[in-house]
Amino acid sequence: MQRALVIDPGKCTGCKQCELACSYEKEGVFNPAKSRIRVFDFHQNARFVPYTCTQCDEAWCQQACPTNAITTDAFGVKNVNDSLCVGCKVCTIACPFGTVNYNATTGKVIKCDMCGGDPACAKACPTDAIVYTDVEQAGYDKMAAWAKRTDAGAQAN
Amino acid sequence: MAWTRQILRVNLTNGTCTPESLNMDWADKYLGQRGLASRYLVEEVDPKVDPLGPDNKIIFATGPLTGTCASTGGRYSVITKGPLTGAIACSNSGGYWGAELKFAGWDMIIFEGKSANPVYLSVIDDKATLHDASDLVGKSVWETDAAIKSAHQDPMMHVSTIGVAGENAVLYACIVNDLHRAAGRSGVGAVMGSKNLKAVAVRGTGGVAVNDPVTFLAATAAGKKTLAENAVTGEGLPTYGTQVLMNVINEAGALPTRNSRDIQFEGAHDISAEAMAEPSGKDGKPNLLANQGCFACTIACGRISKINEEHYTVVNKPEYWHASGGLEYEAAWALGAATGVKDLDALTYANFICNEQGIDPISFGSTVGAAMELYEEGVINNEITGGLELKFGSAEALTTAVELTGKAEGFGRELGQGSARLCAKYGRPELSQTVKGQEFPAYDPRGIQGMGLTYATSNRGACHLRSYTVASEILGIPEKTDPLATDGKAGLVKAFQDATAAVDSSGLCLFTTFAWTLEDIAPQVDAACEGNWSPDSLLECGERIWNLERQFNNQAGFTAADDKLPERLMKDAAKTGPAEGLVSGLDKMLPEYYELRGWTNEGVPTNETLSRLGL
Repeated sequence: MQRALVIDPGKCTGCKQCELACSYEKEGVFNPAKSRIRVFDFHQNARFVPYTCTQCDEAWCQQACPTNAITTDAFGVKNVNDSLCVGCKVCTIACPFGTVNYNATTGKVIKCDMCGGDPACAKACPTDAIVYTDVEQAGYDKMAAWAKRTDAGAQAN
Repeated sequence: MAWTRQILRVNLTNGTCTPESLNMDWADKYLGQRGLASRYLVEEVDPKVDPLGPDNKIIFATGPLTGTCASTGGRYSVITKGPLTGAIACSNSGGYWGAELKFAGWDMIIFEGKSANPVYLSVIDDKATLHDASDLVGKSVWETDAAIKSAHQDPMMHVSTIGVAGENAVLYACIVNDLHRAAGRSGVGAVMGSKNLKAVAVRGTGGVAVNDPVTFLAATAAGKKTLAENAVTGEGLPTYGTQVLMNVINEAGALPTRNSRDIQFEGAHDISAEAMAEPSGKDGKPNLLANQGCFACTIACGRISKINEEHYTVVNKPEYWHASGGLEYEAAWALGAATGVKDLDALTYANFICNEQGIDPISFGSTVGAAMELYEEGVINNEITGGLELKFGSAEALTTAVELTGKAEGFGRELGQGSARLCAKYGRPELSQTVKGQEFPAYDPRGIQGMGLTYATSNRGACHLRSYTVASEILGIPEKTDPLATDGKAGLVKAFQDATAAVDSSGLCLFTTFAWTLEDIAPQVDAACEGNWSPDSLLECGERIWNLERQFNNQAGFTAADDKLPERLMKDAAKTGPAEGLVSGLDKMLPEYYELRGWTNEGVPTNETLSRLGL
C-alpha cells in the first residue's frame, strides 16, 4: 500500500509541533527553519495551512537533477542522496511547489522523505491535521463528511 | 543546553548591541524567563528608579523550554519596573516571538538607556542592529508588523512592538507580538515607548538543543498525553477558549460587574463562548472562526474571530472585516461585564483596537467601568469627557473610548492613566478597583475568597495569574476548596504563587497547570536542562523568585499597607448569588499568609527566610 501525508488545514491550529518534530528527526535539534514541513499562517482568513512535498509520481525535482541524486523508493517517496547531491539547487527551481529547499549549512538540498515510512510530523500533530494514510483512500473522510451533508439536504426535501 | 547561554545587551543611549554570556549560577537558581530576568533587574536597576526614565531597564526573556517541543514551550516575558504600579512588572506572552529569539541564539535581551530618536531592533541570528524607526512613529501594531517584514523582505520575521498607546505613555500600554499575543499588563509598553524603542524583530535559523533528548522526548510526550486527556486542557479550552469561564464565574457569583457594584451580569451569556459560536451576520458565520495554538501549544485556547460587517463599529470600515485575535475571558469581562456592555461585536471591535494600538484590555475596561460610575454619580460630566456619555451599558461609549485612549485624545488621555489616578483626580479614590495601582481582573474576591489574597499580595499589582486559586475554588484543581471560605486560603495562595513563579520561568504556559502539577513539569525541565530539577527544587525556585520580587517592591517603597483591596470589596456585601451578604475576608487571611511566607507582620522577609532561599 502506498501511503501519503494527508493535510486538513481546517484542523490546524498553527502550533508548529510538526516543524519541531521534523527538524528534530532530521537535524537532531528543534529548528523550524530547517523543517521539511512548514505551517503557513493566513491570518486574515483565520487559516493555518501545513505544506510539504507531495511526492510527485513524475517528479520535476528528480527529472531536473543533473547527478541523479534524487531516487524513488519502493513507496514512491523521492529521496535525496547526499553523497550525489552537489548543491546546484536546480531541483529547487524545478519544483513547482517550493518544497525542495537548499540547506546552506550542509550545502545539500533537503525535502520530505516521509521519515522512511513513519513520518514524525503526523505523529506530533495534536489535532490530526496531518495524518499518514493510504494514498488511494486519502479523500475518504472528506467524502464521508460531504455524503452526510448531502444526505441531510436530501432528507430536508 | 536548553539555554543558549547568550544574552544581548542593547544600550539605547549609545546605540550599541553587545553579546554577553548568561550568568549560569543565576540560571541554576532562577531557571529562566521571569525568575532569571528579575534577578538581572534587581542587580542592575535601583528599585526607586522612575519607571519611565532612562535608568529603568526592560528585559525580554525566554525560558529554557522556549523553542522546544514541550507543549506550550514558546513563552517569553517582559520584565521591568512598571509605570502603572511602581512595582516590579513581569508580563508574559505566547505567539511565536519567544521561540524565534531562541532560534536566533539568545536567551534574553536587556535594553538600557534611552534612544535620542525612535529606533527598532532587528535580531537576525547572531546579528543585532538598531534601525531608524521615525517612519514607524504613530503606526499601529499591525502596520508596524507589516512594515518591518516588508523592509527586511522577510515574512518569516516575528515582531514584538508597541502601538500608539506605548508611544503615548498610556500607563497600561502593552507589548504585542505576532499581531495579537501580548505581554499585556502593568504598562510594559509604556516603558518601551519611553525609551524610543518601537519594536523588536527577530528571525532565527539555528536550533535549540536539550540536555538529554531521549528522556526529554518521552517526558514531553507524556505531558502532551496528560493535557489531551484532561477535561479542561483537552476539551474545555480548545472548544471554548478561556471564555469557557464566563457563564461559570457568573453563576458562581464572582463576575465583577459595573465597576464591582454587582457580582453577576445579566448579559453574561451574550458575551460568552457559547455566544461566540452562534451564527451572526449575513454570512451566517459565527464570531469565532478558528482556534489558534501559540508556538508548540497542544491546547490551542487562542480565538480567531471576526466582527459582523454590518455592525455599527465597522460598517464603514472594511479594513476591520478580516479575522484577528478574538475575545479571551479577561478581555470579554473587562470590556463587557465591568462596563455593563453586552454587545459581542462591540467587545470584539474594542478588543481588535486594543491589539492594534497596544492597550491592556483588562486595565482599560476596568478604567472605563470606573469612569462610568464617576459619570453616573455626576462626579464627571460631558464637559469633562468631551461629550462622551459614559453610561453603564453603552457600547458606543466603550468603542469611542477605546479609539481615544490609545491616541491619548480628548478624555482618552485621562482614561489612559488608569483607574487609580482617574478616581483620585476626581476625589473618589475608593471607586477604583485596583491594588497597587493595577486594575484587578475577572474574579470578584467576595465570591472567590482566595482571589482577594491573590490580588492583595500580587507582586505586580492586582492579577489573577500570580496565584490562580480559581482552579481550586471553582474548578476543583488540584482539589476543591470552598470559594466562600477563608480557611486554608493563605497556604493555597502561597503554594500557587510559588509554583506559578517556577512555571513562568520555564518557558511553559501557566494554562498547562490545569492538567499538570510540578510532578509533570519537573521531568521535562530536568531532561532539558543541566542541573537537578525536581518538583521540590522548582517550588523552592518559585519561592525564591517570589521573595526576590517582594524585596524589590519593598525597596521601591511598598509596605504591608499596600497589601490591601479596594474599600468596596471590604465593605459592600455581594448583592446576589452564592456570595450574597459576603465581603472579602482578606483581614482573616493576610496575617497567616505573612507567617507562612516567613515574613514579619510588616510584610518583610525575615533574615532567616532570605538566607534559607539563598537571597
